[in-house]
Amino acid sequence: MDWMAWTLPTALFFGAIATILAGMTVWELRSPCIERKGFLPISTTRGDRLFIGLLGSAYLHLLVVGTTDWSVWIASVLSLFWLFAVMRWG
Amino acid sequence: MKVQNNKAWWLVLPVFLLVAFSAIVPMMTVVNYSVQDIFDHSTRYFVGVDWYKQVLQDTRLHDSLLRQFIFSGCVLLIEIPLGIAIALCMPTKGRMASLVLIVMAIPLLIPWNVVGTIWQIFGRADIGLMGWTLNELGIAYNYASDTGDAWVTVLIMDVWHWTSLVALLCYSGLRAIPDVYYQAARIDRASAWAVFRHIQLPKLKSVLLIAVMLRFMDSFMIYTEPFVLTGGGPGNATTFLSQTLTQMAIGQFDLGPAAAFSLVYFLIILLVSWLFYTAMTHNDKTR
Repeated sequence: MDWMAWTLPTALFFGAIATILAGMTVWELRSPCIERKGFLPISTTRGDRLFIGLLGSAYLHLLVVGTTDWSVWIASVLSLFWLFAVMRWG
Repeated sequence: MKVQNNKAWWLVLPVFLLVAFSAIVPMMTVVNYSVQDIFDHSTRYFVGVDWYKQVLQDTRLHDSLLRQFIFSGCVLLIEIPLGIAIALCMPTKGRMASLVLIVMAIPLLIPWNVVGTIWQIFGRADIGLMGWTLNELGIAYNYASDTGDAWVTVLIMDVWHWTSLVALLCYSGLRAIPDVYYQAARIDRASAWAVFRHIQLPKLKSVLLIAVMLRFMDSFMIYTEPFVLTGGGPGNATTFLSQTLTQMAIGQFDLGPAAAFSLVYFLIILLVSWLFYTAMTHNDKTR
């Protein structure tokens, strides 16, 4: 696996993504979700909200990194709030 | 509701392995590259988000991105209506139907670099039919030195190459509309426009979704045709994102910044495709 040039932060990142996907699968099997409408302008399933949350988080990171001198951790904390808000009220 | 049997999910495993091998693993590698300064196989240093900061503030990439959006916008604005119009005009029965289908499919069978070469020669003022004719008619046309001419040529080339795809998709969608809809329209004495607006266009929605997504993604990743035709010039006038990225990754061997920009590129395509998909399927969900 050396050719993939792994680093600890990227391994943790992909580990987190894989854990989230596995968790969502188990959650869906135990309690299948029903599409609903929250503050997002479209009705969404749980998977849709996760996708929107992760995509929004990626763009939030790009916004912070590209336009400010803030630490990337600020973007990560904001992303966690965003992800939680979308999953809970989206 | 209790799910009794999930064994069918194992049938997805071969596709998952294929996608993992061809897409997920290479993408993970690109993510790993994007946070490191890589000199060779064993010499690499972790740099965090430095490459992202660099590429997001690079004006050369901003310009390429703007050009790319304008190009993809123009492609969609021209090819989608033109494809629908051609599909509506295509014969549905007899030998002509088969002949037209074959003729329409020809541009799709030509490799990208050959298309670029065809148009490069076709547009030349000295030996190309189009370039020579335009200049003989008194129109000063030179795609190698004039930005407008280069853009128009690249756009016409893409329209020539890919409108057939939209037309064939729409043609298949039109053929799938049951005749009873047309019978009902005839009874109501609906005009041709009303038939198009209330029967054909709504029924074409699924194929148009595919056509818009395919043409957006493909035009947003365009590389070979403009590279062969104009080489990205004059100046950088037709240098699109993938060409800038290739110069960065292969020309300058800046693997870290190129990887970072690849991921930004990927996120843009992902977002725009998702927006198209959501916008075009949203009405179906709300009905």
